[in-house]
Amino acid sequence: MVVSKQVHPLDKYVRVDRLPHLWCPGCGIGIVMSAMLRAIGRRIGEGVFKEEDIVVVGGIGCTARMPLYLNFDTVHAIHGRAVPFAVGVKLANPKLKVIVVGGDGDIAGIGGNHLMHAARRNMDITVIMVNNMVYAMTGGQLAPTTPTGLYTTTTPRGNPEKPINVVKLVASLGANYVARASVTHPALIETYVYRALGKEGFTFVEVLSTCPEVFGRHIGIKDAVQLFMELREKVKVKAKPSLNESYYDWESGFVIGEYVDKDDPGYLRMFGLLR
Amino acid sequence: MRAEYVTSNIAIAEGAMASGLKFFAGYPITPTSDILEYLAEELPKRGGVVIQLEDEIASINAVIGASWAGAKAMTATSSPGYSLMVEALSFAIITETPLVVVYVMRAGPSTGVPTRSCQYDVFQVRYGSHGNYELPVLVPWSAQEAFDLTVKAFNVSEMLRVPTVILSDAMLAHTWEKVIIRNPSELKIISRRKPEVPPQEYMPFKPGEDLVPPMACFGDGYKVMVESLTHDERGYYSPTTEVQERMIRRLVEKVRRNSRLIIDYETYFTSSAEYIFFAYGSTARSVYALVKELRREGIRAGLYRPKALWPFDEGGLKKIASEAKRVFVVENNVGLMYKEVAQVLRDKEVISVGIIDLDVPSPDRIKEVISEWL
Repeated sequence: MVVSKQVHPLDKYVRVDRLPHLWCPGCGIGIVMSAMLRAIGRRIGEGVFKEEDIVVVGGIGCTARMPLYLNFDTVHAIHGRAVPFAVGVKLANPKLKVIVVGGDGDIAGIGGNHLMHAARRNMDITVIMVNNMVYAMTGGQLAPTTPTGLYTTTTPRGNPEKPINVVKLVASLGANYVARASVTHPALIETYVYRALGKEGFTFVEVLSTCPEVFGRHIGIKDAVQLFMELREKVKVKAKPSLNESYYDWESGFVIGEYVDKDDPGYLRMFGLLR
Repeated sequence: MRAEYVTSNIAIAEGAMASGLKFFAGYPITPTSDILEYLAEELPKRGGVVIQLEDEIASINAVIGASWAGAKAMTATSSPGYSLMVEALSFAIITETPLVVVYVMRAGPSTGVPTRSCQYDVFQVRYGSHGNYELPVLVPWSAQEAFDLTVKAFNVSEMLRVPTVILSDAMLAHTWEKVIIRNPSELKIISRRKPEVPPQEYMPFKPGEDLVPPMACFGDGYKVMVESLTHDERGYYSPTTEVQERMIRRLVEKVRRNSRLIIDYETYFTSSAEYIFFAYGSTARSVYALVKELRREGIRAGLYRPKALWPFDEGGLKKIASEAKRVFVVENNVGLMYKEVAQVLRDKEVISVGIIDLDVPSPDRIKEVISEWL
């Protein structure tokens, strides 16, 4: 019997020698990673950028581990600082295609200030924020994105805070592209990342994700499929939602779609770095 | 080559441009802001990029990113700003990222007196980051030396793949002096070594004989992994004692074994000196004046002035001080480097002359303190 080795079509973009990955069973990050790689592959195929010009930067957290598995120039930087690292890379060598991947804590919590200013500058990088609504790697503490009322290990009586609506924040600062996706709709993740990678200026994709092991277990939904179905029920797809529909609330659910899509000059053009 | 009348801040900016600076990120802070302003004006004319970022944390992280994108990169700050940078500095150390930080000391703690001088941060600059590491720190005493040591800082940083600090202070920052500004062609400019093997054979953290790994940058086709976790030669996370020990020892040893490239000092009237003064940076200017005065009075005084504060030059100091009866450590703090000197010169009488002065301690003030020991 001949056993042929199965090769995944995305293996060429993966450091397969580093598998298996560290993500828990039922984690949504793998869905985001493969959707992102499909989008990258399409853009490479179109000649928008070359494989060797891709730089993927992560900070610290579950999502920020993604660069360890990617077969590009990759960075596992420090907590919250993936965006300024990426800014330095892009400005020093504008031909590079710079992508930041990170969780909600990394990007919107500790790194929130950098996110704001990169968006305000319309800096020519793409940020993909996987939002699992919790600090998962450290065991389930409160995130700035944890919906009000939910249990975390540091809000044992329920989260008294209002969560940050990152889509609205980034849109308010003038970024060229702002979309919200969900791991329950992988094809849309691919579409939005694909769009983001083809644009000038600051492009941002939030991906709502499921973390059954930490987030789910703490709110009483520890079954991965059940949590996935729960999120799917809460997600409504709209082609071009208005920012008023970007409300961010566990009870009323989430609208995913492309919130901002415009073509203002990016930072490099404003600075005179594009010829 | 041209002679200009400039401050140390401007001399540093010129030294950086002569060294091939291509990226500068910074955040305004007294007494350093004019480095950012000067470079914002000048560097783009030479094909470089300058950006004012949202804080010091962003600045140093962007500089690390720019270095990995292939640029010679620098940031400049003062004492509170360096406090914000030390986490990322540790990241630069473990990822062996060449970059230069300009550190202009101002009087603390906290906001202190932002416009005035001190030498309080000689330990913070060296030990402020977490982890176990070596960090070269160069300490100029004049605008000319600020230019010269900036060129050296880039060379050290590029050669050893280690962040390198230029430690200045508020007095030097804004003192105008004549400086010979040399063109790149008149200087020895060193750039990071590139890999000589093809990508499939390249390991980003496999060192050469000098313990320094050749550096492939983003876009070179080598698919490097820049890893803040403890990593092996491939850049892969390896949480074992074996890899941890190998990495830490190499990060430390690559600087120690190559310390001759960093360490430098000047001496004044030290042969046959009965009293040796140890002083650095702006304070050494007053000590120099005092030593000359003492010599005129017939007292056999001499000055040893390190140009690199870290790594600490044990050998040079021991040699110079071997015949001395007493050693005075004069500094604008309560006596910090004194501890280092006393430890090296265990068999000598070492006296701490720590003076707190928002200007450079005057020769008279120093003389008043030491006269009972002469």
